[in-house]
Amino acid sequence: MKLPALASPKIAVWMVMNMAIAGVATYALVAPSTTVARRIFLPGETTHGHYQIELACDQCHLTNGGNDESSTSNLMQDACLRCHETDLDTANDTHPASKFNDPVHADLLKILDAQSCLSCHREHVAERTLAMGLTVPSDYCWHCHQDVAESRPSHEGMRYDSCATTGCHNYHDNRALYEKYLDKHHGEADILDDATLILLTSQQTGDDQTQKTRTQVVPDINDADPQIVRQWSSSAHFSAGVNCKQCHQSEAGDANAIRDAKTPAGSSTAWNDHVALDTCRQCHARQSETFLQGKHGMRLAVGLPEMQVAMARLPMRSDAAHRQLNCNSCHAAHVDDIQHAAVDACLGCHNDDHSLAYLDSSHAELWRQELSGEIDAGLGVTCGTCHMPRVATGDNSFVNHNQNSVLRPVETMVREVCQRCHGLEFSFNAVADPELAKTCFDRAPEKTVTSVEMAHEWFEQRRNRQQRRKKSSSR
Amino acid sequence: MSFQSMTIQRVFFAVAGLSAVVVGTLSITGCGSSEASSSSSGPTITPQQFADGVHAVMMADRTVYATHVVTNLKKQESVVTADEYWEDSDDAIPLPAQMFRMGAELVDENKEAGFTYALRSSWPLNEQHQAKTDLEKEALQYIVENPGENFYGEEVLGDTNYFVAVYPDRAVAEACWTCHNDHPNRGDDYPEFEKDDVMGGVLVRIPLP
Repeated sequence: MKLPALASPKIAVWMVMNMAIAGVATYALVAPSTTVARRIFLPGETTHGHYQIELACDQCHLTNGGNDESSTSNLMQDACLRCHETDLDTANDTHPASKFNDPVHADLLKILDAQSCLSCHREHVAERTLAMGLTVPSDYCWHCHQDVAESRPSHEGMRYDSCATTGCHNYHDNRALYEKYLDKHHGEADILDDATLILLTSQQTGDDQTQKTRTQVVPDINDADPQIVRQWSSSAHFSAGVNCKQCHQSEAGDANAIRDAKTPAGSSTAWNDHVALDTCRQCHARQSETFLQGKHGMRLAVGLPEMQVAMARLPMRSDAAHRQLNCNSCHAAHVDDIQHAAVDACLGCHNDDHSLAYLDSSHAELWRQELSGEIDAGLGVTCGTCHMPRVATGDNSFVNHNQNSVLRPVETMVREVCQRCHGLEFSFNAVADPELAKTCFDRAPEKTVTSVEMAHEWFEQRRNRQQRRKKSSSR
Repeated sequence: MSFQSMTIQRVFFAVAGLSAVVVGTLSITGCGSSEASSSSSGPTITPQQFADGVHAVMMADRTVYATHVVTNLKKQESVVTADEYWEDSDDAIPLPAQMFRMGAELVDENKEAGFTYALRSSWPLNEQHQAKTDLEKEALQYIVENPGENFYGEEVLGDTNYFVAVYPDRAVAEACWTCHNDHPNRGDDYPEFEKDDVMGGVLVRIPLP
């Protein structure tokens, strides 16, 4: 019997191959976000900011569970704002979308639609992505501000793509760059006389609750490891009355069980050696929330498994490749050792030039002196000092666990951290030099950012003019 | 009931329902309808009436702030002062013009507001208050040359036609003209303002159908 044409060997192979491709594609579509097969749908390399969640396509390409007002037209914009809106508000965004609701900007919006995040920040276009995820040419300021020299003669002749350079202007965050701020901090010494960092609340009060209650609490399980009990009994958890079960047998979300030390916590749940972030969050809300906003916790924030060191694009230690990022990665389970969390934990994974140079830096020397008691608390500078700065909130303070919050842009770090010890101009000069950053600021900056001096001259001219006018009018 | 009678019934209820909505709503007509309409669609106000109304509220609030808050603090020699850089200063509150602009920015964020407003001046201390369009320049000139009069006009921006009203912004409190006259940003050609001088204009812009 003769085979029909369709069943010829070549066509059969072709059909099988197509069915296999279709099968893989279908599987990739419906597979969980953790499935590597999903990569076949990535249209291009994602940015440094988003690559960790690149397989969770829904985060940017679907509405937020139908619970918001997303439409096809603003779906992507909504996705941006879900994660970044708070940052923009905090930054007192200089170019908020609402600013361009004024109809006089209609013609300018035709040139650059400043009301859409995607006009300047596109994804999957690595070949044209600049720093800060910018995907338009760096002369974007010029389109609207090309006549700047008319009101600011000092800007005459400046390059059309030089506005957004370190120490001059940012599109969104100018908290450390507006002219009055620059003038106010003009002439400051490189190292301020009253240099000191924000202290943790416990450092401010000097309150050692551990000593008060050491003998008053016993573990609420019978077969506790004696070494773990010893560590725990010296910890802040012990002082706060947080016993074994409250972390290891607590249901995530059972806030009362953990917050109220007198309440037997979740005794019906199974013992769990691994304490989830949601459990820590019940008492350490701000630390957990900020952790989820940064690169260490952003995968957890979107429901993906924890970030693994091997996934990092920055150079990491090969012996740390298997490690995962959660609270315990930096905070040992039963010992509240913030010294470890502030330096050793970071250097246990990070292996880039900047990190490796830290221990030889003057900042590290100050940290060693603080640890040995040679200088006061608040004068030593750790990795955490700059990358997870303490935030003062009234009489208290907490550690911002979003390691990215002061790097976006770097001038944020100048205002939030550097200026606690250094003058503004010195700080700008330092962060403007990428070579200096590589060596962890091991020497005084050689570059000079002129914005502070320019702003000061601008105000000086006006102050002089004001005085001349007052003199002439009093005659 | 026949199909035809059912259809007529549906149309009747649809028209009745729509009329009820329209009658219950204060609508704005295009500039062609300069008088309040007495049609069955209910009370209607013109863009000019709407602009005059919102301007009256703006100016009342602004005058109260400038006179009873800012000037009063100054008279009392309070440690709290109105300062251009109030956000980064201790014991400081926004200047009247800043309070006005912040209100305008909140309205900008409100998609349901249906209008925008702004301060404009031929002698702006803040560049943001510079006249942006030819009509705005014409309006500022008009209110200075015609004391006591407002300016009304229309202009096309983008693809939309707008009704524009510009009202003279006068020096109502001593704090206004003394601060402006002494301001370091003032240019050499800056006028020496006195009470009731027109220092700029308040612009209200309404999109027309």
